[in-house]
Amino acid sequence: MELTGAEIAIRCLQEEGVEYVFGYPGGAVLFIYDALFNQDKVKHILVRHEQAAVHAADGYARSTEKVGVALVTSGPGATNAVTGIATAYMDSIPLVIISGQVPTSYIGEDAFQEVDTVGITRPCVKHNFLVKDIKELATTLKKAFHLAKSGRPGPVLVDIPKDVSTQKVEFSYPAAVDIRSYHPALHGDIDQLKLAAQLLLQARRPMIYSGGGVVLSGASKQLTDLAHLLNFPVTNTLMGLGGYPASDKQFLGMLGMHGTYEANLAMQNCDVLLAVGARFDDRVIGNVEHFCQVPRKIIHIDIDPSSIAKRVKVDVPIVGDVAHVLGDLLAILHGTKQQSEAAALAAWWQQIDAWRGRNSLAYRNSDEVIKPQFVVETLHRITGGDAFVTSDVGQHQMWAAQYYKFNQPRRWINSGGLGTMGFGLPAAMGVQLAHPDATVACITGEGSIQMNIQELSTCKQFRLPIKIVALNNRYLGMVRQWQEFFHGNRYSESYMDALPDFVKLAEAYGHIGMRIEKPSDVEPALKEAFARKHDLVFLDFKTDQTENVYPMVPGGKGLSEVILAEDL
Amino acid sequence: MRHIISLLMENEAGALSRVSGLFSARGYNIESLTVAPTEDPTMSRMTIVTSGSDEVIEQINKQLNKLIEVVSVMDMNEGDHLERELMLVKVRAVGEAREEMKRMADIFRGRIIDVTENSYTIELTGTGSKLDSFLQAIDSGLIMETVRTGACGIGRGDRILKL
Repeated sequence: MELTGAEIAIRCLQEEGVEYVFGYPGGAVLFIYDALFNQDKVKHILVRHEQAAVHAADGYARSTEKVGVALVTSGPGATNAVTGIATAYMDSIPLVIISGQVPTSYIGEDAFQEVDTVGITRPCVKHNFLVKDIKELATTLKKAFHLAKSGRPGPVLVDIPKDVSTQKVEFSYPAAVDIRSYHPALHGDIDQLKLAAQLLLQARRPMIYSGGGVVLSGASKQLTDLAHLLNFPVTNTLMGLGGYPASDKQFLGMLGMHGTYEANLAMQNCDVLLAVGARFDDRVIGNVEHFCQVPRKIIHIDIDPSSIAKRVKVDVPIVGDVAHVLGDLLAILHGTKQQSEAAALAAWWQQIDAWRGRNSLAYRNSDEVIKPQFVVETLHRITGGDAFVTSDVGQHQMWAAQYYKFNQPRRWINSGGLGTMGFGLPAAMGVQLAHPDATVACITGEGSIQMNIQELSTCKQFRLPIKIVALNNRYLGMVRQWQEFFHGNRYSESYMDALPDFVKLAEAYGHIGMRIEKPSDVEPALKEAFARKHDLVFLDFKTDQTENVYPMVPGGKGLSEVILAEDL
Repeated sequence: MRHIISLLMENEAGALSRVSGLFSARGYNIESLTVAPTEDPTMSRMTIVTSGSDEVIEQINKQLNKLIEVVSVMDMNEGDHLERELMLVKVRAVGEAREEMKRMADIFRGRIIDVTENSYTIELTGTGSKLDSFLQAIDSGLIMETVRTGACGIGRGDRILKL
């Protein structure tokens, strides 16, 4: 049967089993929206800004194992989507973004709402396509989904000119596509795996450092089994939280700039490091030279060869899907008679426990003023540690990462790589739609929430009972913290005067707002809010203005050059 | 160190800008870049001359391989290879210099492919350094114009870059 390009686009989404498309209509996608209108398999979520469409699709993808889909129009629709696309790209999130384009005959003529979308997005997508021939449309969309979710996942954009969406062609959706230049490895090299197993068994001060790759690959069980089998300590990156259960006694917490003392010191002082689905980025290992001063053997498992040996020299590189590689590694370890270095390990754990004794996440609670850490701890307690938590970017993000102990993967949803303020609320919309009965909290600040506050309207339209936990300290807190530490307390433009009344604002959008000013009200307010299963509640916590995130490894310093709260 | 990297990629619009964009985005050097379709019209072959430490060259190879449209990458410097570049030089050729210029072209195995009363256009093929030597050997005041293709490279013997 002959279908129009617009109908084909929607049929492809149906064939891929897409539940939700997050989008915003406009001139170049009118025919696609018309095709959307005439069916009910794919549900459309109308956002209030295209950036939010992509973040919502992103939140949906992060909290499931599915591909998130966004639909935007040409020109400003596409440019508004760019921040969302770059966010997903940095964190390797599988998305397909369909953008409208001006008709092919207008391309290059500076037509109304024309922009070189493929050119603009090229550096922040895994791949992109401009479909100029209707006959290529179905195959291109199939390729887009295949590329987005396979290998190292990422966003893929398909730009569809308006005339292509009106032309007709016989529709058939390919069951599979083969891209001759693209065959990501699944299994690691067996010799390298054996070498890795040997190194692990000989280790005297081992450390497992795991990142977002474990979450994306669904390798939490393999990772946990491996750590338990060997009795090795484990740390997670910001992106890897939940990939290893936080309540496990072998877990040392998050590492990096705001990581725990024990995680950073174990990372710095280990003799064998197993890096799994992580990429040694600057916020994780700090100064490369400082990190490399200590001789250690590094085994690095990653699906993307270019992540290996990018910043740090590696002794045993293993390219493959983390779940597969860890599974194979476990099989080798189960099959060997060689024992691990039990005595050395016991001494290493003793050392780690001494570092743990510093209790680097301790903070001084107060009866007068609400401490942000206390809000997150209380949130963790009253949600049973089982909520989906999205966050924005800044101090609140770090406190959420430090004090909400994630025991499961895909529960912690944040913009780690790009650090996008405004991510939290729209991401929470995608999470709530994917898990309609689950508890979803968006931990945010009064700065970040205002970057996509308009989505409160979307939440109303689609009845999304998100709980917004705003840690409102009347400062762009992380900026203020750096200004305090490194810029002589000159708080240049980090104070926000004239904040809105968030309670009234929430009410104006048809939601419930609560203002909490006393520490003793924190728990009752959270309980009340989370008891409201069907309402969005905006909790505006007036928190301590001067609180800083500790521990802190200042930028450019090494992991052991850490500032602890107790030092001050 | 200077490296010649050859790659095969899909002959599609935008593929070239993916490669050049990668180099600028990640701060890699490009000394020269040449590209043309191969005997298989669906594929282009590109030769990039770049320089960097071993670590940088390794990253360049990996990042190129990561591009979806790149089919195959080979670092020519990892084995025996041949390198050639074509240069056209327009020189002033009057009086005594006219004869001297012809002699120099002969010594460098160049060919004079265009002649006017006052000028020669010389075609010269060789490695980049041979072309450089020619330019240094002649009187620089006589050079009116030069154009170079940038290097292309091919492996010796059984070293073959194919799909």
